[in-house]
Amino acid sequence: MFNGLTLGALLVLVAMGLTIIFGALGVVNFAHGALYALGAYAGLVAYEYTGSFAAAMAAGAAFLLAVGIVIERGLIRLYYERPAEDQILATFGVAIVLVEGLRAIFGGLARNIPAPSWAAGIVNLRVTLYPTYRIDVLAIVGVSLVALYFILYRTRLGLIVRAGIEDQLMVNILGINVTRTFLTVFGLGAMAAGFAGVINAPIVTVSPDMGADVLVQSFVVIVIGGVGSFWGAVVGGLIAGEILSLVAMIEPAYSQVALFATMALVLILRPQGLFGVEGRQ
Amino acid sequence: MTAPVARPARLAAGFLPEVALVAVLLALPFALPYFGGTFDLANRILDWGLFGLGFDLLFGFTGLLSFGQAAFFGAGGFVASYLLIAPVTDNAVVALAAGTVAAAAFGVVVGYLSLRRAGIYFAMLTLAFGEMFFFLDISPLARWTGGENGLAGVPEPSLGFGIFRIDITDPSGVYWLLVVIFVVGFWLARRIIGSPFGAVLRAIRENAARAAAVGHDVPKYKLTVFVIAAAYAGLAGGLLGLLQGYMPPDAFYLDTSGQLVVQTVIGGAGTLVGPLIGAVVWLDLYTVLQNFAGIGALWKMILGIIFVLLVTVFRHGLCGAAVVLWRRLMAQSLPESGPAVATVEPPRVAAEPRRSSRRPPPAGPVVLATRNLTKRYGGLTAVDDVSFELRQGEIRAVIGPNGAGKSTFFNMLANVIPPSAGVIEFKGDDITGLGATLVCQRGISKSFQINQIFPSLTVRDNLRIPVLARAHGKFHPAMLRAVNRDATVNAGIEAAAASVQLVERLDTPAAELAYGEKRRLEIGLALATRPQVLLLDEPTAGMSPVERVDTVRLLKSIAAGVTIVIVEHDMDVVFGLADRITVLFNGRKIAEDAPDAIQANPDVRAAYLGSQTAHELA
Repeated sequence: MFNGLTLGALLVLVAMGLTIIFGALGVVNFAHGALYALGAYAGLVAYEYTGSFAAAMAAGAAFLLAVGIVIERGLIRLYYERPAEDQILATFGVAIVLVEGLRAIFGGLARNIPAPSWAAGIVNLRVTLYPTYRIDVLAIVGVSLVALYFILYRTRLGLIVRAGIEDQLMVNILGINVTRTFLTVFGLGAMAAGFAGVINAPIVTVSPDMGADVLVQSFVVIVIGGVGSFWGAVVGGLIAGEILSLVAMIEPAYSQVALFATMALVLILRPQGLFGVEGRQ
Repeated sequence: MTAPVARPARLAAGFLPEVALVAVLLALPFALPYFGGTFDLANRILDWGLFGLGFDLLFGFTGLLSFGQAAFFGAGGFVASYLLIAPVTDNAVVALAAGTVAAAAFGVVVGYLSLRRAGIYFAMLTLAFGEMFFFLDISPLARWTGGENGLAGVPEPSLGFGIFRIDITDPSGVYWLLVVIFVVGFWLARRIIGSPFGAVLRAIRENAARAAAVGHDVPKYKLTVFVIAAAYAGLAGGLLGLLQGYMPPDAFYLDTSGQLVVQTVIGGAGTLVGPLIGAVVWLDLYTVLQNFAGIGALWKMILGIIFVLLVTVFRHGLCGAAVVLWRRLMAQSLPESGPAVATVEPPRVAAEPRRSSRRPPPAGPVVLATRNLTKRYGGLTAVDDVSFELRQGEIRAVIGPNGAGKSTFFNMLANVIPPSAGVIEFKGDDITGLGATLVCQRGISKSFQINQIFPSLTVRDNLRIPVLARAHGKFHPAMLRAVNRDATVNAGIEAAAASVQLVERLDTPAAELAYGEKRRLEIGLALATRPQVLLLDEPTAGMSPVERVDTVRLLKSIAAGVTIVIVEHDMDVVFGLADRITVLFNGRKIAEDAPDAIQANPDVRAAYLGSQTAHELA
């Protein structure tokens, strides 16, 4: 149950990055999983130099913000006018380059960042014993989500992003400087993925391919929750996390399959997703 | 049909790509030793090429980007391998066929679910379902699939029965088996592309909504091509097990789907041989780069960079780049052949005097009627309780100031949007909620205010799409017939082109037409379904005054035998054409009468002229 919550919270964070990028830019970022892995490695390097987990988190987030900005400036920008398929292909290509770059630099072997000392140990939750770090993860993700929520719902940038989700053409027509907004949003989205990569590193192992599963799972989260919806990503992520961990407790072999079966069910019953708006493609 | 003398030549020309392909594949074994290739490598390339044939039909020709083809590759492979190892059969052909059928069956299920959403969702969903197959393979089905170990010991293939049994025992034998299968698969794919079915697939890639609006059951076409692609993948998967003697679980990996996408795009999507070329690049680059210390490990990253560059600059891959280069060379050698068609303009007739040829008031039976038609958007009632009757042969204009609800009303007539309340009847049948495709099949067709054409198809192929919908119904699996063999369809295209004065432009890509010509093509697409009721949404939008006069004349010539409803802002056009005029104001019908009476109607003047200048109605 708590495992599901932790996993779900991480998925929410990754999927949130994906969904705000899509909402504002109209681009499905197939490189999102690779950015997540890149964040974990940035954290790993920072940790090895400083020995501080806080530094690792800061490095992961800052580095990915920079990488996101470079990718948007260098490539994604060329694709706004092109069909969705081309955007998917381009970001998919970026994912290959990033993952293979990580493999070339760090090798294919799995690495690990230990949980920070302030979060080592186990907490007695009366019903169960539970690693402190996982509870801290919940808190960290919670804080990040609240921060994202404020950015999206209390700032001018957020207003533009949300307006873009509703009607992208109209936002352009209104003469809002979308290029700068797009840059910020892509950077933020990448940052969310990288940050999630660092904080998940002590729970899973760090490897160049670690992003693939996360990418697929966050797609599932988005399909269940509905693209472009803040609450859709939150609820979808928590549902996905719970399904994965609850089914794994009963029969591990079926946990992933159960997740996809749930997605199929949502597609049949409510194709636009739980929080999706009818009619939006 | 051409004269019998010409047939052998045409037959040879028709098979030119196959002949070239067979020549290359026959020569390859002799060339292999010179560049250190092996049959094993050639076999892999052919197998990926075969896998890619199906994917190219799906992505290159229909525009459906799937990231889940590994599911069918793996499914076909494991079914075939299991049958041979168990052994249920010792005949490779039977096992391969079973694998192909199984993959196609999975294709039906995954396709049904994934195609519920278009565009980006489709890519995400196929990727997710592809992963589901991987997870099914490695644990719940591990008893049959060997889980993470895969299935080892796939016997060497034997074909045929009894005394006709052929045992294949070495890689060169597998090579010839693959050559035969690939060439047949290539021929089949090319037939599909050149068939009426293939024409509709390309129209779906270009503009799926319009293909549906002219009467094609787009979801069914998509599902069919998805299943075909799954079958190709299943066959290729089965062959993978045979050529390796081992069926690996990585057939199900996301990387397998990704490799297919990358190979197809590098080679060139929409070319059929593209995936094969891409497989050559992928597998050879790997082999070649291994010889360089330090770079070997980077081969996939280099490939990724090539891929991103190709997507950015040469969207149609190596084959596409070759075609561009070839065209450029040809253009240089023939500098004379400039755009000679640009000067062809239909002869212009002076505008006919208004109302000189006014027809008698329409008295035919009612063809299209609405009863209490209403559309609400939240608190706003865009169309409010409109009842309306259209008689056969009539030209009816629907006018009203901006925001009067004309477009909403119109879109409900064409079943593009569903009404909140009320009924639409066509020849006495309730057609409310049938959807644009079925309504078009019944005989109501709409031209759009903003051009909805198939930009990279020629005018001929544009017009073919509605003519096919008319001739074949909403779905017709004519996959093996040549697209230009049907004389009635060809005649239909010619007739439609003639009626919108585009005969000289039949072989021009629609994207290269001038604006006025595109507008005429837009009307032609609606007209080519041979509708009984034609709905024209601002047919002269964006036209110059001269073009408007031409268009009015054109619409009058069309009007014989067709009932027309027209929404238009240009009052010259409205009063020049309409037998009767319906006036909408704030969503309500405030008047309906002959043009003269409308002009004199005080309510109309109050509502309409209040917001517009008087001379427009004068």
